[in-house]
Amino acid sequence: MSTAEATVALPPGFAPAAEGSREAEAYFLNMGPQHPSTHGVLRLVVRLDGETVLGVVPHPGYIHRGIEKMGENMTVLQYLHLTDRMDYLSALFNSHSVCLAVEQALGLGVPERAEYIRVIMSELQRIASHMLWWGVFGMDLGAITTFFYGFRDHEFISQLFEQVCGARLTLNYFRPGGVAQDVPADFVPQVKKIIAQTRRSLDEFDRLLTQNVIIQERTRGIGVLPPERALSYGCSGAVLRASGVSFDIRKHNPYSLYDRFDFEVPLGKNGDCFDRYEVRLREMAQSVRILEQAVTQFPAAGPWRAKEPAHYKLPAGAWFHWVEAARGAFGTFLVADGGAKPVRIKNRSPGFSNLSVLDELARGAKLADLVTILSTLDIVVPDIDR
Amino acid sequence: MKTPVSERPCCHFFRAIASAAKSLVTGLGITGRYLAHPREVVTAEYPDNRDGLKFAPRYRGPVTMPHDAAGEHRCTACGLCEKACPNGTLSVLPQRNCADKRVLGKLVYRLGQCTFCGLCVEACPFDALAMSHEYELASDDKAQFERVLNRKEGR
Repeated sequence: MSTAEATVALPPGFAPAAEGSREAEAYFLNMGPQHPSTHGVLRLVVRLDGETVLGVVPHPGYIHRGIEKMGENMTVLQYLHLTDRMDYLSALFNSHSVCLAVEQALGLGVPERAEYIRVIMSELQRIASHMLWWGVFGMDLGAITTFFYGFRDHEFISQLFEQVCGARLTLNYFRPGGVAQDVPADFVPQVKKIIAQTRRSLDEFDRLLTQNVIIQERTRGIGVLPPERALSYGCSGAVLRASGVSFDIRKHNPYSLYDRFDFEVPLGKNGDCFDRYEVRLREMAQSVRILEQAVTQFPAAGPWRAKEPAHYKLPAGAWFHWVEAARGAFGTFLVADGGAKPVRIKNRSPGFSNLSVLDELARGAKLADLVTILSTLDIVVPDIDR
Repeated sequence: MKTPVSERPCCHFFRAIASAAKSLVTGLGITGRYLAHPREVVTAEYPDNRDGLKFAPRYRGPVTMPHDAAGEHRCTACGLCEKACPNGTLSVLPQRNCADKRVLGKLVYRLGQCTFCGLCVEACPFDALAMSHEYELASDDKAQFERVLNRKEGR
């Protein structure tokens, strides 16, 4: 086979191997776009030597909807419901970042009660997202029990979301200047119930999976991401913190009320799959801590939304705000020219940067480890494609 | 990279077997506990429990137009819902009544386009729209996805 022919046959992203080398005997495996462990419609082209991974090239784009372009043709209030459809497991964080950018633009303040509602709902969303991840992670490794347990606990939070926001996934709850509706009367007792339930579940999670020898064997030392590589790829969230880099926007660039709460930023040491797993579990415990403090400080009454302007006319200028979403830093860059619709909206999603390290992590690992690594990166594909 | 199993000391092998047995017993113990306590199981038997399904009052289903006992709605055909909708789901088609007053002719709702965001209900100053608790919306008839929300035209 001549080199020219090989160039045509290779999927984009791969260089042709030297003739006669061992790599020339390697083959391609197409994983996805409908593979159950790619967490959505993501296509991975894997180059394999036996079952050892030589390289992975992700091909995203199967669920690209042009959300940011659609944002240019609608008001920011209308754009909010689209942000729920990016990272649908952390819908509130997405709309929170848009709201914060719009509040900056309009100089809108947020009532204290609304800020507490936002913090409580965000932390519940983080726990729900991590619980779902935990369940799916177990299933990726072949343990179907965890999937049901993860979903069971995710369900309690979904039910509360249904009562507060009216939806379970596409919540569309945060608004510039507060939240859409006040919380129902029994909100605080319900959150307290979820706190107790989550504490029980976390203990169960630990016994079921963390101390399991199969999980230990399949995650320790697999997919090691050194901190400097994590930083240069722009990783964020648990992926970055598992490599030992302390970066949490809630802690280091506090927005909303996060400077009022006492919580830690869990860090890993080795940056392997097990550290990413453990950091997420410890993050859930920290979220429970924030919830406990927020519930005790929750103001009994007060406005839940600042007086909204008659028209959302953004003044000319550009604004950026980011939040710590369940998967990492989610930001919104907003450019306006004084009209009712923004000129440009750009979202920085954590999934895209976190996915970009996949090739480096998976090289030299086995094919089964690729699934583990992909799972611990915790990507949500609509968030990558947008 | 990880040390291959063949290069590890053999005591590790026996320790791994022992801890695997322990992991298995622990996992089975947790599952067994739920087997012995069926009341803690939360699984809903969905298609069979349709009658007893409870929705949160704020649940956002398809948009409806509440009518009072006399069969009248509160819509004034102002068109704010149409403006608030992000994707053209609602169309307000006004009419002139006999007193030459602008009234609602038809409020067309395209269910297939609706994302259930609730912005139309929020925008309505007269509470003429609401979100119903209808579910199981799938249909193989395209006509099912275009509805006229008001029962009476004109007036």
